[in-house]
Amino acid sequence: MYEIRLHSRGGQGGVTAAKLIAQAAFLDGKYATATPLYGAERRGAPVVSFIRIDDKPIRIYSQIRKPDLVIVLDTSIMQTVDVLAGLKADGKVLVNSQHPMELGSHKVYHTDLTGIALSLDLVLAGNPILNTPLLGAVAKAGIISRESAQKAISSVFADDRNTKAAVKAFEDMEP
Amino acid sequence: MAEIPDEEFILKTTSACAGCSASLILRYVTKAAGKDTVLVIPACCTSVIQGVYPNTAVNVPVYNVAFASAAAVASGMSEAFRAVGKKTNVICFAGDGGTVDIGIQALSGALERGTDFLYICYDNEAYSNTGMQRSGATPIGAKTTTTPLGKNEYKKDLDAIVEAHNPVYMATACSAYPVDLYNKVKKALSIPGPKFIHVLSPCPPGWRFPSEKTIELGKLAVTSGMWLLYERENGKLTITGASKAAMKKSTPIEDYLKAQGRFRTATPEDIAMLKENSKRKMARLAHEAEAQAAEAEEA
Amino acid sequence: MLTFSTGNKAVATAVKDAKTVVVAAYPITPQTEVVEETANNVASGALKARYIPVESEHSSMGACIGAAATGVRTFTATSSHGLVYMCEQIHMSAAARLPIVMANANRALGPGWNIGAEHTDSMSMRDSGWLQAYVSTVQEAYDTTLMAFRIAENENVLLPVMINLDGFLLTHITQPMDTIDDLGDYLPPTNTPHAIDINNPGGYGTLTPPTEHFKFRHDIQRGMKDSVAVIEDAQADFAKRFGRTYGMYEEYLCDDADVVIVAAGTLAKESEVAADILRKEGIKAGVLRIRWLRPFPDLTAALKGKDVVVIDRDYSFGLGGILVNEIRTKALEAFIGKDGKANLPFSVIAGLGGQEVTYDDIADFVRNRKSGGELWFGVTE
Ligand SMILES: Cc1ncc(C[n+]2csc(CCOP(=O)(O)OP(=O)(O)O)c2C)c(N)n1
Ligand code: SF4
Ligand SMILES: [Mg+2]
Repeated sequence: MYEIRLHSRGGQGGVTAAKLIAQAAFLDGKYATATPLYGAERRGAPVVSFIRIDDKPIRIYSQIRKPDLVIVLDTSIMQTVDVLAGLKADGKVLVNSQHPMELGSHKVYHTDLTGIALSLDLVLAGNPILNTPLLGAVAKAGIISRESAQKAISSVFADDRNTKAAVKAFEDMEP
Repeated sequence: MAEIPDEEFILKTTSACAGCSASLILRYVTKAAGKDTVLVIPACCTSVIQGVYPNTAVNVPVYNVAFASAAAVASGMSEAFRAVGKKTNVICFAGDGGTVDIGIQALSGALERGTDFLYICYDNEAYSNTGMQRSGATPIGAKTTTTPLGKNEYKKDLDAIVEAHNPVYMATACSAYPVDLYNKVKKALSIPGPKFIHVLSPCPPGWRFPSEKTIELGKLAVTSGMWLLYERENGKLTITGASKAAMKKSTPIEDYLKAQGRFRTATPEDIAMLKENSKRKMARLAHEAEAQAAEAEEA
Repeated sequence: MLTFSTGNKAVATAVKDAKTVVVAAYPITPQTEVVEETANNVASGALKARYIPVESEHSSMGACIGAAATGVRTFTATSSHGLVYMCEQIHMSAAARLPIVMANANRALGPGWNIGAEHTDSMSMRDSGWLQAYVSTVQEAYDTTLMAFRIAENENVLLPVMINLDGFLLTHITQPMDTIDDLGDYLPPTNTPHAIDINNPGGYGTLTPPTEHFKFRHDIQRGMKDSVAVIEDAQADFAKRFGRTYGMYEEYLCDDADVVIVAAGTLAKESEVAADILRKEGIKAGVLRIRWLRPFPDLTAALKGKDVVVIDRDYSFGLGGILVNEIRTKALEAFIGKDGKANLPFSVIAGLGGQEVTYDDIADFVRNRKSGGELWFGVTE
């Protein structure tokens, strides 16, 4: 089983991102689940989502304690939340950041999802849309296929700037 | 103008969204009420805003109660305090859903019984706690998650319902005018009996506007005449604050509507009805104020 | 059609596919998506129903009573405080023999406010005459909602059905879901024999003397009893037509098990993973998932001679875990050995208000079981 923990802030689209990643994995022929974990706070508070991908039906409903991959949509969360908690020794990290980051011995992917969203004017209620470009980055990291990522996005979003953003993130991110 | 005390009863650690008017209203209400106060709060955003156990961001006792029951719980609390000679303010702080929908029976009962309490309805015109569903206080044309095509029905006229109970004091207010709100709360709490204040409370995620525009939105509501500021002391009507000017000459309602995402799909008919409704309300209030002035002169 | 759905959306999709005629509902976390999705389906025309955005849950069930009394297919959804706020109507709808279907997102009751999963809300309604199912996957939520209409509306039952989903854990998880494109005649048209008929006027719920009242109550029990066969038929026909099999309860590796974990909802699925871990250690564990709480299944044969660990995500203060007590009552003989000695279930109270319970925790419950004991998970005094 491959387990992903996604850190975002309420209103950034992390919950939808988790669903889209799981949906893409499902389109790849895998079993997948996505679960949001809401805190009691209102908008802007840190939110965690869990994604599980496996070859068999998934029977686990509890939280992911030892992720294979941690995704951080907003690096400011790292000041208050230990996003690396429980990350497997060979676990990887994917951060939304313009700059490379060093996090222990973990492989860290970085991509400027915010910049990509803004460059395509993908903005909702003042917030850049990060979930659709994120799918491109997750595909580049080899967790879902590029085709399924595109299919998952277009099944939810009619506006083709969303797929464009995913393609751009796919192309921009260093493997 | 009243001197607003520095003492804070709402600490800066609330869990409210940025630009939340409800927490601003709560801040001024508690400043006006002071230390000898108990807040009775039904399920609403304020259940969350006050923080998570074992912490609290509110420095007066807060009693959290079932959604439908704020005014009923306040009735019991008020009677019990008075029975032992205590003057403690009992203040319900409830959302529009907890007031005009599920809580209206308890509110009506408490008002009719002459309960010595203050009921504050902060009106963000939707069920915000559960993620912006329609309430009876949602205006016509507004999009919510249960009115995906915009609401078809009028906003319930809560003030007319309350007025029909002849409370000793009732008022409207708006978060963008905190001094006016402060003064009204002060005055209300100086009078024994049932008091009611209805406060418009712009909600950035619910109304879909950037959080830094929350004061601007409240002001637009009042200057455009969509929201009227007034008070009634034993029935005597006084138009207050910015509404005095707005009732003579108001800014375009479109400016208020266009500043919010929830009215983006409102039809021209919806907008015409909103305008008509606001005009009718203004005319009714102006007429009543004039009639009362004439009566006073005669006497 | 193979899709990807949350538990809430699965329920709303089944309500649409069942061509429900009246939906009256009130939002409450974590059920709200059912209401919103239904409002959307009605607005888009996908569901040609009347959606009544009532002002409270007492009124949502009130509106359902009014609608079902005329003989149309009726649905509502709620959770925790909403469910207990409609308590009067819960009892009245069952006693009025109205085939209403309701989804309940299991959630804790306050104070303090807590929106996490707990079964005390629905289990406190277990004496009302409602049938109750507890589901454990998104697919099962969809399938059981469809079945619920057929079971409730069956003339031998004519009792309302509640489908329970663990709040957040199941209402908000996204999983694969296969929807049914053509139900065929799996759901016959609603045909309520006592629907209001202008040409056959009569009093409904008229003042009933002590010489008659108990007969109506006995009739509810008869409907409940007959519902077992109706449920089994609805499940068998469902399996035949659509290929997915359900029982009154579900067993996982129980045949050769020495110890059986009994639970309802998502905890039972998580228990399967615990059973796999325990088996690797040489402990022959199995899982029995309660699917129908009312009518309560006979578990005597299934549990005979086994160690039993019951996990309750609920509690009856002054008595104990609700499930474990139901099981002790209904399967008492299973726990008495040939020597006449009792080996009573070990009761675990876990997961209240969304308390995190993992498969490792569940494996620990089994390892540390004590016949007849009670453990409150996480309480350390
Ligand atoms: C009996 C009951 N039904 C439903 C709920 C769920 N609920 C909690 S708060 C809320 C909406 C509150 O709306 P409003 O009173 O307008 O306050 P706001 O959240 O907008 O501040 C709802 C539906 C509940 N807690 N209890
Ligand atoms: S949703 Fe609206 S009312 Fe609720 S905390 Fe946020 S801004 Fe305030
Ligand atoms: Mg509100």
